[in-house]
Amino acid sequence: MTNGINELLGSDVILVIGSNTTENHPVIGSKIRQALKLGTKLIVADPRKIELSNDADTYLQIRPGTNIALVNAMMHVILKEGLENKEFIKERTENFEKLEDAVKDFTPEKAAEICEVDPEDIRKAARLYAKAERGSIVYCMGITQHTSGTNNVMSMANLAMLCGQIGRESTGVNPLRGQNNVQGACDMGALPGTYTGYQPVIKPEVAEKFAKAWGVEELSLKAGRTVSDMLNAAAHGDIKMLYIMGENPMISDPDLTHVKHALEHTEFLVVQDIFLTETAELADVVLPAAAFAEKDGTFSNTERRVQRVRKAIDAPGLAKADWVILMELMNKLGYSKTYNNPSEIFEEIASLTPSYAGIDYARLEEKGIQWPCPNKEHPGTSYLHKGVFARGKGMFMGIDYKYPAEMPDEEYPMTLTTGRVLYQYHTRTMTGKVEGLNKKVPESYVEINPDTASKLGIGNGDKVKVSSRRGTITVKAKVSDIVEESVVFIPFHFAEGAANMLTNAALDPGCKIPEYKVCAVNLEKAV
Amino acid sequence: MVNLTINGIQFQAETGLTILQAARTQGIYIPTLCHDERLVAHGACRICVVEVKGARALMPSCSTPAAEGMVIETQSPTVVEARKEILRLMIENHPLDCLTCEKSGNCTLQNLCYEYDIKEGGFNGKKKNYPIDDSNPFFTYDPNKCILCGRCVRVDNELQCTGAINFIERGFNTHVGVAGDREFDNSVCVSCGNCVSVCPVGALMQKQPEKFRYWDIEKVRTTCSYCGVGCQMDLLVKNNKVVGVEPVDMEPNNGLLCVKGKFGYKFLNHPDRLRTPLIRKDGVLKEASWDEAMNLIASKIKDFKKESGPEAFGALSSARCTNEENYLMQKLFRAVIGTNNVDHCARL
Ligand code: SF4
Ligand code: SF4
Ligand code: SF4
Repeated sequence: MTNGINELLGSDVILVIGSNTTENHPVIGSKIRQALKLGTKLIVADPRKIELSNDADTYLQIRPGTNIALVNAMMHVILKEGLENKEFIKERTENFEKLEDAVKDFTPEKAAEICEVDPEDIRKAARLYAKAERGSIVYCMGITQHTSGTNNVMSMANLAMLCGQIGRESTGVNPLRGQNNVQGACDMGALPGTYTGYQPVIKPEVAEKFAKAWGVEELSLKAGRTVSDMLNAAAHGDIKMLYIMGENPMISDPDLTHVKHALEHTEFLVVQDIFLTETAELADVVLPAAAFAEKDGTFSNTERRVQRVRKAIDAPGLAKADWVILMELMNKLGYSKTYNNPSEIFEEIASLTPSYAGIDYARLEEKGIQWPCPNKEHPGTSYLHKGVFARGKGMFMGIDYKYPAEMPDEEYPMTLTTGRVLYQYHTRTMTGKVEGLNKKVPESYVEINPDTASKLGIGNGDKVKVSSRRGTITVKAKVSDIVEESVVFIPFHFAEGAANMLTNAALDPGCKIPEYKVCAVNLEKAV
Repeated sequence: MVNLTINGIQFQAETGLTILQAARTQGIYIPTLCHDERLVAHGACRICVVEVKGARALMPSCSTPAAEGMVIETQSPTVVEARKEILRLMIENHPLDCLTCEKSGNCTLQNLCYEYDIKEGGFNGKKKNYPIDDSNPFFTYDPNKCILCGRCVRVDNELQCTGAINFIERGFNTHVGVAGDREFDNSVCVSCGNCVSVCPVGALMQKQPEKFRYWDIEKVRTTCSYCGVGCQMDLLVKNNKVVGVEPVDMEPNNGLLCVKGKFGYKFLNHPDRLRTPLIRKDGVLKEASWDEAMNLIASKIKDFKKESGPEAFGALSSARCTNEENYLMQKLFRAVIGTNNVDHCARL
């Protein structure tokens, strides 16, 4: 997020797009609703009539995978009506002509056809956002999990820069991170192309700095493989050993048949987790890990706030904290560095990472600190891009709308979109073991519009066969007008009736995100 | 700044504070029941009344602005008698089953009755006789113990913003409930438990898988491990077991949690937790010692590295693990094994 969570309370217009906030980031959902009580206006764009759509001043029920068409048309309206922030564009951005070109012909009428919404609502949304004193965009996986994910994200930046809605308090672009420490995992360099703090692995001076600090002769200058790449390489035998810590790709990844094939073909698979997950069942060695309440450390939340995790109880049996296991393995491999406490690891991180440099456990004792925090006196940073962007001038991009990789056709006439629900979490490694949560949402289901259901002779609670080019699952029907007639929704959490048996592994060419949010399916009543 | 005198102590307080807030800056204790710093005070329970010199009646300190020159008594005989009267009225129709009530020790009503020596209501009033609502899987509501402080209703409507509960009926029959007097589970309630966290008595209570009393508990402050909001919470620990979770009133969550943070901790003690390393032998995963497991992994790494080089390795790190652990994972693969094949499911 460019801004702190509580800054949302000060925004006068919030655009929520591709985020079912009240279910997936419930406390931020509550904060948005608190803001509405203070007079904030809300625009919601989502293929499902999510809870927040009821609170919205303008709600756009767009077709899955049409974000760019919507945003291009909004920008078309803003330019046509002269609502852009000319001063901001002049002072702080470049490449504006590219954007003008791209949206010149993108009328609300054109977008309305693609998104299947009323063109007047697009105009309303555009005016509301552009005229806001402090406008905030909130988005989540509905933006990123597409073959056009990178372009979607750039569209958000385009829209914000066009209206000068960035770089001030309560004014910015706020991607919500899904899992508790996605932000931290990225910050820490658990990415194929970067060390901590996004320092690129291909830069010799960066590699040299880390090599020196770590006491090794040299470090690879070649960017590594992404998750999807690794799985492909494993399937082809190019990767011999995979080490999976606390992840469950056997539920979470697209096209599970392919994932299973890849993991089975990995010569040596190590899985470290707190339960014997679907992925761990395929492992050659399983290592028992401590859960969050059984260890010390830090998480970085979606607003870049580094916060303490504290040990409250002992891990069961012989289970050990992940950091202990990793350290012991390093030592066994002849790398002798030891740490007595995660705080010592954190000191090493801070010494190598400018944005974390001013943070230490003593400062975190009282409360969390938002990076960038360059030195010990620095209070942390609530909002980013004040006065100047990291790269200097903000770069506009001309982005053309592209259809999702797989569109409905005769054989697979419906569009499937996937997501999470309030009472479950990710692959249910944890929530699946909590009785009350399972009582609330015990099994997978498919949301079907009442008209579609009656056409197919499907009643609420009936078993339905859902198939795509990649597989077939049978799940219960949940008949509801939360979705439109041509769209169905399945939560991805469940191993039984796994949505990711159906999803398309087609990747965004830039950031390699699979297109979880759109694929073509067929529905029939199961007999 | 305004000049105040509370219990004979003269001091300056910032302008715009209530009497309660001003008193607290000096460490002067005034009891409260319905008060919540996050909400606009509404003076419902009146337990916080104080005597302001020159005023005709006692004033609720939570909602009375501290004005220049006020002389205030927080423990005068009139104040104490007024508080006693309020407490007598409250317990007059309150079930006195403190011996078995899980809230005992952490109940504001019980604590205040102790402080003010109230043993019974003394009016021989009618007891309430409502059915207990245990439809929600995570908590129960016993309207008979409710003192109508309104905190749950206000938190649900003004902070959580779900609007599932409200006051129903009037007079003696006033109680908190779901519109139409339906059960919690049959409402828009999202089981966040934020109402449970603020109830000062044992009316809204978490369903306990095991019994504990508040004095058995040690609190450990930590960060929720579910979504990226990163809510701050206190784990309630008894005998090496987490038995409850309370939200903390600080950034970013300001005393709110969702159902996962509040009630989703029970996986910790689940019997299916992995307790030993496992090694596949003859196609089956069998229990092994740490030494066996680590030696096997280390020898495989050495072999593959010799045969196929560092690019034959890949690591999936974790958005579930700590920063320190993610750091060590990439360090292991980059510095010790020699590849940048490190990623995690950020995109998923
Ligand atoms: S649990 Fe949450 S949603 Fe339900 S009544 Fe209480 S505050 Fe409202
Ligand atoms: S249930 Fe608890 S919080 Fe709600 S009004 Fe009654 S006593 Fe107050
Ligand atoms: S309590 Fe809920 S909203 Fe808060 S971090 Fe945990 S899962 Fe997210």
